[in-house]
Amino acid sequence: MIFGGWFPNLRLRLHFLFRGKRVDQEMKEELQEHLDRQIQENVAQGMTPEQARRSAVIALGGITQTEQQCRDARVGNGIRDFFQDLRYGFRQLRRSPGFSALAVLCLTLGIGANAAVFSWVEGILFRPYPLVAHQDRLFAIAGLVPGKRIDGLSWPDFLDLRRNCTLCDDAFVTSPTSSTLNVGDRAEITIGSIVSANYFDALGVHPVLGRGFQAGEDVGSNSHPVVVISHQMWRNRFKSDPEIVGKTQRLNNVPHTIIGVAPEGFYGTFVGRAIQFWVPASMQEVFRGGGYVLENRGAHWIESYVLLKPGVSRAQAQQQISAIATQLQTSYPATNRQRGIGIWPLWQTPFNQARLVGPALEVMVVVVAFVLLIACANVGNLLLVRSFARRHEMSVRLAIGATRKRLLKQLLTEGLILSALGAAGGFFIAFLCRYLLGTLHYDGTTLYLPGTIDGRVMAISAGICLLVTLIVGLVPALQARHLDLAGSMKAESGTVVGARSRGWIRSGLVVFQVCLSFILLVGAALLLESLERVRNTSPGFSTSNVVATAVSLVASGYDEPRARTFQNELIDRLRALPGVESAAFGTNTPLGYRGYSSTPIAVDGYQTSPTEQPEVDYNQVSESYFTTLGIPLFSGREFLRSDDQNAPLVAIVNRTMVERYWRGQDPTGLRLQVKGRSARVVGVVADSKYESMAETPRPFFYVPLRQDFDREPDLYIRTSQSPQSTLAAVLREVHALDSNLALYEMITLQEQVNRAAGPQLVAVTLVSTLGGLALLLAAVGLYGVMSYSVAQSTRELGLRMALGADAANLLRLVLSRGLRLTTGGILFGLIAALVLTRLLGQLLYRVSPHDPMVFASALAVMTLIAITACLLPARRASRTDPARVLRD
Amino acid sequence: MTKPSDLMQGTLDMLILKILALEPLNGWGISQRLKQISSEVLGVSDGSLYPALQKLELRGWVKSEWKASGNNRRAKYYSLTRLGRKQLEKETENWNRVSAAISGIVQLKEA
Repeated sequence: MIFGGWFPNLRLRLHFLFRGKRVDQEMKEELQEHLDRQIQENVAQGMTPEQARRSAVIALGGITQTEQQCRDARVGNGIRDFFQDLRYGFRQLRRSPGFSALAVLCLTLGIGANAAVFSWVEGILFRPYPLVAHQDRLFAIAGLVPGKRIDGLSWPDFLDLRRNCTLCDDAFVTSPTSSTLNVGDRAEITIGSIVSANYFDALGVHPVLGRGFQAGEDVGSNSHPVVVISHQMWRNRFKSDPEIVGKTQRLNNVPHTIIGVAPEGFYGTFVGRAIQFWVPASMQEVFRGGGYVLENRGAHWIESYVLLKPGVSRAQAQQQISAIATQLQTSYPATNRQRGIGIWPLWQTPFNQARLVGPALEVMVVVVAFVLLIACANVGNLLLVRSFARRHEMSVRLAIGATRKRLLKQLLTEGLILSALGAAGGFFIAFLCRYLLGTLHYDGTTLYLPGTIDGRVMAISAGICLLVTLIVGLVPALQARHLDLAGSMKAESGTVVGARSRGWIRSGLVVFQVCLSFILLVGAALLLESLERVRNTSPGFSTSNVVATAVSLVASGYDEPRARTFQNELIDRLRALPGVESAAFGTNTPLGYRGYSSTPIAVDGYQTSPTEQPEVDYNQVSESYFTTLGIPLFSGREFLRSDDQNAPLVAIVNRTMVERYWRGQDPTGLRLQVKGRSARVVGVVADSKYESMAETPRPFFYVPLRQDFDREPDLYIRTSQSPQSTLAAVLREVHALDSNLALYEMITLQEQVNRAAGPQLVAVTLVSTLGGLALLLAAVGLYGVMSYSVAQSTRELGLRMALGADAANLLRLVLSRGLRLTTGGILFGLIAALVLTRLLGQLLYRVSPHDPMVFASALAVMTLIAITACLLPARRASRTDPARVLRD
Repeated sequence: MTKPSDLMQGTLDMLILKILALEPLNGWGISQRLKQISSEVLGVSDGSLYPALQKLELRGWVKSEWKASGNNRRAKYYSLTRLGRKQLEKETENWNRVSAAISGIVQLKEA
């Protein structure tokens, strides 16, 4: 039936649609035939030819009318009408290029901002890993220590997890590392990843040359020196050598056999960096300090992911994984006490750069939605103004027989043209902006944070485009509904400033715009304020005149004795440099990417409850560390060169640790149990920031680097010289000792602090840019409405003037109306902002989301902008010439 | 322009189908036949005939073809399709039921 009904008709419909002219011709012929026969008949009945013709036409109901009815009866008209509307719409747009440009620009910015942010969300948070299959089932795994802190997993814990997780298809390890590559005489540091042998298989990524890792290659100590290199590295370093597989490359001074080349476009699984090589976990000693840890449950160095089975939810998986963690706690109390394991969706990955940009992006999604709404309101307003000007046209169309439905269709088509142009422009913007986030992120190094423009981003943008069409097209349609034929066919009658009729939609739009921009303004102000506070908070160490760097000792294959000698020699040489006040080593730089090690402690006289296992983070530092970083020493002494592996163990504790474990009594000279061994406290230092600028004071202690050795600590130099000359000098000294060594990036501690404020900075930059944009759009909207209503009411204004109002009165009249709208908007905005600013949550630092000062300044800015936007039309109103107006 | 009411529209369709069921005709022929049988009671204007034909054609109930019609002219002849015949049966049946019901109601005696 359906086929029978449709197939012949489909042909007919297509025929109607595409052979319109011929169909029309045939219809005319048919009607003419009818007419002729009728005339013949009429004549036969005795009418004159004129009478006969006239009567026949009347009987047919008018030739043109009947023809039109026939056309209307044909299906396919919808499409024809659409094309007609499209042509007409374009003609309309061309006729007012200023309006069209402004409207399209507004929409381009609105849609572009959305498309860009969605492309980032897609590319960085949801599908961050190109070429990786099943990213929707991929989840991040990390250890949880009391206090909700995130830590790595140990290798044995990971193996147990993988074995016991029945809800997981697979689990794999990836831990970032770096290596020095010697290219000619230049040593260069490259980023790589230590992975489990199933890495490529679990990701569904197949090397284009050679193979991935085989089961068992991640077992043993230094047993499998093999490497898979990135396509980029293969192309740039090895000139796309087709015979590369089987060749040897020294990585960290150990020859590795290149077994494969990853496909082009695969950048590993570390948000923010394009990984260049992959080595199996069995080679971890070569790439990390700290010896062989594959059998050490206490070494938490792993970042890992699981691939859940299809249909398994995160909550289910978390339940099972928590059960596994609890089991590990009972089986291995020494290392796993109070240790949980957490599972996160990719976009909340607690390690790598997703953790930094994630919160900012979440806020951005809301912000760009606001910008889009403001842009829509603006375009809606512009269209309204224009639809008012087109009232006459619409009335004429209605009068000659257009249905309201048909008018609505046309208005929607015009909206569609605008939003489609805006969407095209917006797409272009998103395309241009796809690498923006990586460059914007405040970090001396280049981050690899590409947006992805894929089907889902396209779908979202198309959806937005349709939504905009509806909003933008319906606003003037609402207005057209009120068209009354007789009224608008008459000459335009003047309206009154603030007249209720018809003005309410426009006023409503302005209130809406002001409301949204006020919210954005408050958000931007809060972020700026907290950035300011982050900047002004003392990190507890001095940030000026201190630079940090590191020498690639592990990467260059130094063993412990060689490293010790090297470190001693280097520090002596550096201290002798002109301008250098002091120099020191430390395993972890405060606010750095690497987490601190933590250890169980015991203190004489401090009673622990049975469930409590005091565990405190510590850092290994050399002599002069506190002098170099400018951390005040309250009592006792710093570490000395003599606090080495042969001397009794010593430790220095921070103020909060003294408060917590010695009830504020100076512990100098007392015992501290660290990892089951007894150390003597020799000093107390001030608290400082360890992992983030936003953290609250916490217990922390230091042990001498010489007693808890690390082959590759960071190096700090306090100097009066510039970082550039220091870099050159340090490099010279390093190369004087060993020309094969490379120096890691050198940054000032101020930069280190700035990087810690990175997420805030990204959020602030983006939110304030968009906030400014929104403010501008809102101001344009307000200005447009006010100038339009002034233009519409010149007659009233002239009358008022003629009746004795002076310029100041009129100025006040217009201004007060503008400010009434603004006040309304701000009021709504205030209420909404009080609720919404909580979204900023993690991005705020020491600023309440309801900070009165911030709200007050946002209010001031908004009012100022509103007054500025109203002032111009108000002045125009005050210059109304009553004589001329009354004459017209 | 007399526009047939909704009831009329449906009826007009049925009448056209019925007329075409007897023999294929051109527009003029249908209009003449309509006048004959409805004896002007239904007041179908010739103007509403052609749009109605177009609709019926689109629904696949009638099909049209151009044929020579004496004195060197051609005319568009409409004929019923199989689908149209079915539709006519359905509508006739429907009509009989409804009209029977209505005349039953109309003839009710007031108590």
